[in-house]
Amino acid sequence: MVYLTRLEHFNAAHRLFNRAWSYEKNEEVFGKCANENWHGHNYELYVTVMGQPDPETGFVFDVKKLSQLIRKHVIEKVDHRNLNMDVDFMKGKMCSTENLAKGIWNELKPHLPGGVTLHCVRLYETPRIYVEYFGE
Amino acid sequence: MARKIAVYRREHFNAAHRLYNSKWDAATNEKVFGKCALPNYHGHNYELEVKVSGKPDKRTGFVMDLKELSDLIRREIHSRFDHKNLNLDTEEFRDLNPTAENIAMVIYRLLRPHIDRSRDLQIRLYETPRNFVEYPA
Repeated sequence: MVYLTRLEHFNAAHRLFNRAWSYEKNEEVFGKCANENWHGHNYELYVTVMGQPDPETGFVFDVKKLSQLIRKHVIEKVDHRNLNMDVDFMKGKMCSTENLAKGIWNELKPHLPGGVTLHCVRLYETPRIYVEYFGE
Repeated sequence: MARKIAVYRREHFNAAHRLYNSKWDAATNEKVFGKCALPNYHGHNYELEVKVSGKPDKRTGFVMDLKELSDLIRREIHSRFDHKNLNLDTEEFRDLNPTAENIAMVIYRLLRPHIDRSRDLQIRLYETPRNFVEYPA
């Protein structure tokens, strides 16, 4: 099995806020991340697919096509956007990096061709914080 | 004879912003600033490098105590900008477009009074890993 990863990035605003809680509870749980005027991140997105290299091309998947899929179905929706307000696949969800990684997985998976398996979405919120989702 | 040496402290802050000139219409803002003008803001992990240079103090061997520099940056910069919306939450950018250039100059102005005049100060600010500014150039 060979794992192929493409790195993309996007810059976005968000906040962590549970509307079912009081303002005080949100501040207690989320701290500065609950700021009502938003804050932001440079997100780094690693999308990994897996498979066997095609005997004719040597590719698991054409990485240019993978980049185009990621840009079309994810980056165009989230880059320079407000993740809470502007992104359809995050509506009604807490805008954590965890949920964002799952959302990105669900946006990408239907568009991969047969024979190409999505293995992992790794999303860095900052250089020191990242999540991985394997689709379980 | 001791020569000048530079010491650096690296810090970071995460903030939302948008680039917008209120004297222009929406079409002009979009033409000049592109996606950076989108109305609901976007954000960055800003990485800040503060460079202080001078001749080391004979008694301590320091150009500047880096713990003191770190505390200064946290007090003057991090507390103002981290997890904030630069356009809405800060006095410094109420009427100033929060470009990386302007943010670097504001950071310089905020730190300069607290650093010994015998030391030179330079700010390097990364808006993204690929885009950064330096002030003074």
